[in-house]
Amino acid sequence: MKTISISKIFLALVVAILFMSGMSETLQAAEQKTVILATTTSTQDSGLLDVLIPLFEKKTGYFVKTISVGSGQAMAMGAKGEADVLLVHSPAAEQKLVADGFGINRRLVMHNDFIIVGPLDDPAKIKGTKSTREAFKKIAAANRLFLSRGDNSGTHAKEKDVWKAAGINQEKEKWYQQTGLGMGQTLNVAAEKKGYTLTDRATYLALKKNLGLDILNEGDAILLNIYHVIEINPVKWPKINVAGGKAFADFMVARDIQDVIKTFGVDKFGAPLFFPDAGKKVEDLGK
Amino acid sequence: MDLLVDGFLKAARLLFSLDREVLGITLLSLQVSGTATLISLFLGISCGTAVALTAFPGRNLVVSIINAGMALPPVVVGLFVTVFLWRNGPFGFMELLYTPAAMIIAQAIIATPIVMGITLAAMQSLPSKLRLQIMALGATRMQMLWILMQEARLPLLAAVMAGFGGVISEVGASIMVGGNIKGYSRVLTTATVMETGRGNFDVAIALSIILLFFVFLINLVLTLIQQRERPR
Repeated sequence: MKTISISKIFLALVVAILFMSGMSETLQAAEQKTVILATTTSTQDSGLLDVLIPLFEKKTGYFVKTISVGSGQAMAMGAKGEADVLLVHSPAAEQKLVADGFGINRRLVMHNDFIIVGPLDDPAKIKGTKSTREAFKKIAAANRLFLSRGDNSGTHAKEKDVWKAAGINQEKEKWYQQTGLGMGQTLNVAAEKKGYTLTDRATYLALKKNLGLDILNEGDAILLNIYHVIEINPVKWPKINVAGGKAFADFMVARDIQDVIKTFGVDKFGAPLFFPDAGKKVEDLGK
Repeated sequence: MDLLVDGFLKAARLLFSLDREVLGITLLSLQVSGTATLISLFLGISCGTAVALTAFPGRNLVVSIINAGMALPPVVVGLFVTVFLWRNGPFGFMELLYTPAAMIIAQAIIATPIVMGITLAAMQSLPSKLRLQIMALGATRMQMLWILMQEARLPLLAAVMAGFGGVISEVGASIMVGGNIKGYSRVLTTATVMETGRGNFDVAIALSIILLFFVFLINLVLTLIQQRERPR
């Protein structure tokens, strides 16, 4: 009678897994009105969204699907109508998205800054150089390894801007390597290979303890890292959750949430990771 | 090395303290991959058996396609499923993208050729005279299939293990079609990728250890079933 007991066991397993699959729970979440937020890796990797999203969901009853990708991909999702609202940090590309009519109501949310990090012994001797352009020139002149995100993220766009401003055509150089990965992973690669990289401060601070990379250049105006929230134009894509996207954008610039952003990370890092800027003008930042 | 030790300790702590988030992630991993494996068993064993036991023109081509499907890269599956499920894509009206259901679909697509390919090989490795003998004893078609499956029990359970192993360990498709949404579509593999990106290597290692633990447990049960005395 062993054949029967085998099939019984198998059946029991099947039933157990099906029972576990708690489909009702899953479906319940899907029935709620959902908002798809496409954002950059830095807002998720720094832990900011883990604080903000539950507040938003509690306040409005929406269920947020946070898709954390590079700014480039986030904006591509917006342009295809696959996201309801964007939280991104790639100003030039954002302006194009709005000019093309896909993004509307682009509003300033917060900023922090980019920094140049590298190995402690600083082989290209960029420490003490005030200008980021000069620092990049030194890295290039010394032929020292530079790790680029290479993923069309906001950070990648910023880094390309700096190379351009420094007048260096880095793309084909041997010392210039593209990881194609997120910020956290790129920092890890830079740490392992003792290379330089440009990173947002929030991700660096969150990862600092394991890296062995030092901040070697900071404070230059070119390194400002500005986050905007953009709603997606329902005229272009009728399936957008307009109200949900607007609710999230309004939430991000609301005064109480701006206060949350201001204090986020202070307990853990001793300094805030983001500076709230709702209502300000881009030109006035960093002053 | 300290990191590995930390990871081990953290894994034990997370498991025994029944950390709600980790528990949820673990359960979802098992649900999604378990359901996907079940679907793949249904499709894979039925189609695999059918192809194994019938002769038709172009059969070698079909078998080659199935066997190539065993190497289907999860990211490719993830990409195609994403494109199909986009709200403005062909199946957008179902609103499935970034849900556990989408992950089940992608994983089922990954596991089905694996199960099918192994089933096919298992069924073909049975002596062909066995079928004739079973027919001669007056078995119905269903009875014959059931007996053949009993005979091929060892490789068929290997198919179950390979299919399940293929999807529970998969990350590329899950992160693309599921979105790694906290408390909703985050599974052990996608959480591990995220925690690594965040520099929380201890948590990442802890999650990996939990994953390995459950993979071992499930394979242990399947192996026990597989290795039981043959019913005679």
